[in-house]
Amino acid sequence: MRIAGKGLSTQPKSVSFTFNGRHLMGQEGDTLASALLANDIHLVGRSFKYHRPRGILTAGSEEPNALVTVGHGTCQDPNQRATTQELFDGLEARSQNCWPSVEHDILALNNLAAPFFSAGFYYKTFMWPAAFWEKLYEPMIRRAAGLGALSGEADTDSYEKAYAFCDLLVIGAGPAGLMAALTAGRAGADVLLLEEDSRMGGRLLVEQEEIDGLAAVDWVEIVLAELRSMDNVRLMTRTSVTGAYDEGTYGALERVSHHLPRSHSLKGSHRPRECFWRIAAKRAVLAAGAIERPVAFRNNDRPGVMMAGAVRAYLNRWGVAPGERLTVFANNDDAHRTARDLAQAGVHLAAVIDSRHDAPDSDLFPVIKGAQVCNSSGGRQLESITVRSVRGEEKIQTDCLAMSGGWNPSVHLTCHLNARPTWQRDLLAFVPTPGAVPGLRTAGACNGAFSTHGALSEGEAAAAAALEDLGLARVAAALPQADDAPYRIAPLWAVPGKGRAWLDFQNDVTVKDVAQAADENFRSVEHMKRYTTQGMATDQGKNSNVAALAVLADVTGRSIPETGSTTFRPPFVPVAIGAMGAGAADQGFKPQRFLTSHAVAEERGASQLEVGLWYRAAYFPKPGETSWRQSCDREIMYVRNAVGICDVSTLGKIDIQGADAVRLLDFVYTNTFSTLKQGRVRYGLMLREDGFVMDDGTTARLGENHYVMTTTTAAAGEVMAHLEFVAQVLHPEWDVRFASVTEHWAQFAIAGPKARALLNGLLDQPIDGDSWPFMACGEVSVMGIKGRLFRISFSGEEAYELALPASYGDSLFRILLERAEALGGGAYGMEALNVLRIEKGFITHAEINGTVTAFDLGMQGMMSKKKDFIGKAMAARPGLIDADRMQMVGLKPVGAVKELSAGAHLFNPEDPVERIQDQGYVTSVGFSPLLGHMIGLAFLKGGAGRIGDEIRLVDHMRGIDTLCQVMEPVFYDVEGGKARG
Amino acid sequence: MRITCPHCGERDRREFYYKGAALDRPAEDAEPEAWHAYVNLRENPAGPLAELWYHEMGCGSWLTVMRNTATHEILDVRLASDAEPGAASGGKP
Repeated sequence: MRIAGKGLSTQPKSVSFTFNGRHLMGQEGDTLASALLANDIHLVGRSFKYHRPRGILTAGSEEPNALVTVGHGTCQDPNQRATTQELFDGLEARSQNCWPSVEHDILALNNLAAPFFSAGFYYKTFMWPAAFWEKLYEPMIRRAAGLGALSGEADTDSYEKAYAFCDLLVIGAGPAGLMAALTAGRAGADVLLLEEDSRMGGRLLVEQEEIDGLAAVDWVEIVLAELRSMDNVRLMTRTSVTGAYDEGTYGALERVSHHLPRSHSLKGSHRPRECFWRIAAKRAVLAAGAIERPVAFRNNDRPGVMMAGAVRAYLNRWGVAPGERLTVFANNDDAHRTARDLAQAGVHLAAVIDSRHDAPDSDLFPVIKGAQVCNSSGGRQLESITVRSVRGEEKIQTDCLAMSGGWNPSVHLTCHLNARPTWQRDLLAFVPTPGAVPGLRTAGACNGAFSTHGALSEGEAAAAAALEDLGLARVAAALPQADDAPYRIAPLWAVPGKGRAWLDFQNDVTVKDVAQAADENFRSVEHMKRYTTQGMATDQGKNSNVAALAVLADVTGRSIPETGSTTFRPPFVPVAIGAMGAGAADQGFKPQRFLTSHAVAEERGASQLEVGLWYRAAYFPKPGETSWRQSCDREIMYVRNAVGICDVSTLGKIDIQGADAVRLLDFVYTNTFSTLKQGRVRYGLMLREDGFVMDDGTTARLGENHYVMTTTTAAAGEVMAHLEFVAQVLHPEWDVRFASVTEHWAQFAIAGPKARALLNGLLDQPIDGDSWPFMACGEVSVMGIKGRLFRISFSGEEAYELALPASYGDSLFRILLERAEALGGGAYGMEALNVLRIEKGFITHAEINGTVTAFDLGMQGMMSKKKDFIGKAMAARPGLIDADRMQMVGLKPVGAVKELSAGAHLFNPEDPVERIQDQGYVTSVGFSPLLGHMIGLAFLKGGAGRIGDEIRLVDHMRGIDTLCQVMEPVFYDVEGGKARG
Repeated sequence: MRITCPHCGERDRREFYYKGAALDRPAEDAEPEAWHAYVNLRENPAGPLAELWYHEMGCGSWLTVMRNTATHEILDVRLASDAEPGAASGGKP
């Protein structure tokens, strides 16, 4: 019910929305919760376990009950809190966890079976048979118990992430936060003030009080005007700080467009739905306020039972009375303000029930002292409460009970780095432990200073201390005059009596459940939490933690500090996974790297293979070819008989220069590079310091002190970091520098007996075998463009790699293909490249898999004895050169089955196929059109001494079982004469 | 966590690659035990530890970072290339 003349908006615009299909009107500035209450709607949802009718409990982000689903289809947002969801024209919201409707929910039957659903019910009941858990019990329980559902479709919203830096981060814009921001802002500090609400002011927006003789809300406007006028102060609303991390790092969630129609935040629109901020702050002030806690009494979860502070907020900020005949139940003075404000607004207030015998009197409303509310009744809304006092029990008709068990300072962020809060006996609450988060100070209600004066003065003091740390001078100013009423409270956690009294509304945990947990010896607060699930819902126990552990302390006969508290962890409010992963969805998760030849490959219908982030052509199909094997075989024969062209630019290229460049090469490679002449290329093998092979590749000497190293595609980044490590950490005295030039050059392999013929039609200066022998390199020019030519071969044929600046890559590839095709050759892809190199026994990372040594590869001869190199000492360990290790061999099928497969394991033909008999495994296979059968590379125990033996290959995954002959791992041109031309 | 790179200034730890404790590489002819210790054995103290970090997303510097492993407090950052020979034995408490 809207009260005329109340609320902050004077001339509010009407806003239309729907709830469960009903068309309703609210007004600008409303939350969904205030609009529903203005329409006298109390029943909003059903509870998690018992499907009890539930209404609106709070007016903030801690709301456990009023969770709704907003929108539909791909734009469906489940579990949105009605208390933070701002109203906009066309908002569609509906209740969740109920069927067929929130008024008539079939599963409310669970409520009748409640005695069976107490703590530990699932653990005890659904134990046997074990197989039933996955198939029957869990799906059944999940269907019955739960919150809102996802649409099941891909998210169509856009999200962002952002970074901010500041001198002082102020968390919360209530009186303490505003005062802190003002003090720091006036001193010239770079201030970032974050507020979770859509509007700044905190409790000052909802209280009837004065600051410096002004209405509190007017004082807020004046302060905000001053803050906005400062260039060094940034103000952000709708932004919750979600976590505190090391070295002044904070996470924050900005709800950018939850308050707007969905069309504003879809992918491709101009703003995101949410933005996840990472903030680096030199200092921080936490002014997060406090959260009011309920009192546990029988049926305290009925719609219409609300927090006293929330009732006051709905009245003063939104002009809404959440009932026609209200009552207040409290153990503290603060809740009497709710009664006062209601009475002054002309709302009928039946009584204030105060558990204290010395509660203050009022001439505005009756106060029943030393009394407790022990039960409530009603259906979908509260109808009456039962009050117990020395006079006995009496029923009071009421449709809204405003309750207060006191206030819990919002200490959450101060616990994120593992600190525990401190129990403060006079406040009956936990307060932050000083120094809990380095660089962060606490001020105001979150520090236990509950009066406005206390908040202002602590906010100012916290900022002043931060300014001193920052070396900034404070500008003297008088502290604004404000209310300084003492906070008076007496303990009252749970009203004794029969029936169920709720502690955790969201997870349906009652006083009985906590008592039962203790009874079954789950006495540690952490055990109780997990056994009962108290505090494990999306509100993370913001409303229930302190009361639950007070009850636990009581039943176990311990004090609250002895009982301790559970751990608060980030995030403080729920964060959409989409926001945390902003920028990393879809292609952002795995960016694509394209070669300069990519467009041509696409034009030719090449199938693409992902190699790390790179996309490389697997094969280039021709019309009439029906399988990749046909294309692959044809491309192999281009190279063997004519000339093939392949883009090899993905290989890592590192430019190395300096007087000590060669010392570095000698140190990172097992073999010697100091004997390499200018204009020559050498193959090198790199080990890790533990003696296993890290990478291989060629390095060309282009000048006196100038080298270019190639790495495998996979290890390009790793090798670069390794070289930097060696040069900076192990040998900083060496004069050597590097740069990654992988993407500077488009590099193409030109391989086959007609490779030189092709080049000589293209290069500005023709080459011959004498000037360009095998493993020569140097500068060439193509149509006047300077490039590099390397005579190296990964196919075993006479082959070259021609590199031009990457911008010429596309045209060079087109020209090379045209010339190759004229010579009876053409493009070849990764599939053909792979078979060509297996035929030659050349290795890739399929072989260098991290468990392989130079000895295993038959490359022990490449480990120089004349110099130190990375991995030398450890590679000499007896276990790494044992003749019984698995060594690389070749395989060809000799049994009835002619198929080989990578990943298959090898067994002696006479042995059973058991893991313990394993003799090795296959790393690479391919069909050699030249040989007419499949060939493979494998690691076989003592393989070097078993050439010619028969071995059994078994692949259970693909159902392959065949006999193979063990061969030398070179199938083609064993002497290597062809590459030397 | 934030690390102050001597070249780039204070940066988020996501820009850095973590290698591990900063240790001195044994001589080529050192005993196998020394090599075993260098490659495999780590002290893992709860407290200050000299570590190597690589500013992979920044200037490419290898840094010797003194970090309290219990609190993540960064006590000192310097270029690994500036470290005195033997200084890296700070990795062993």
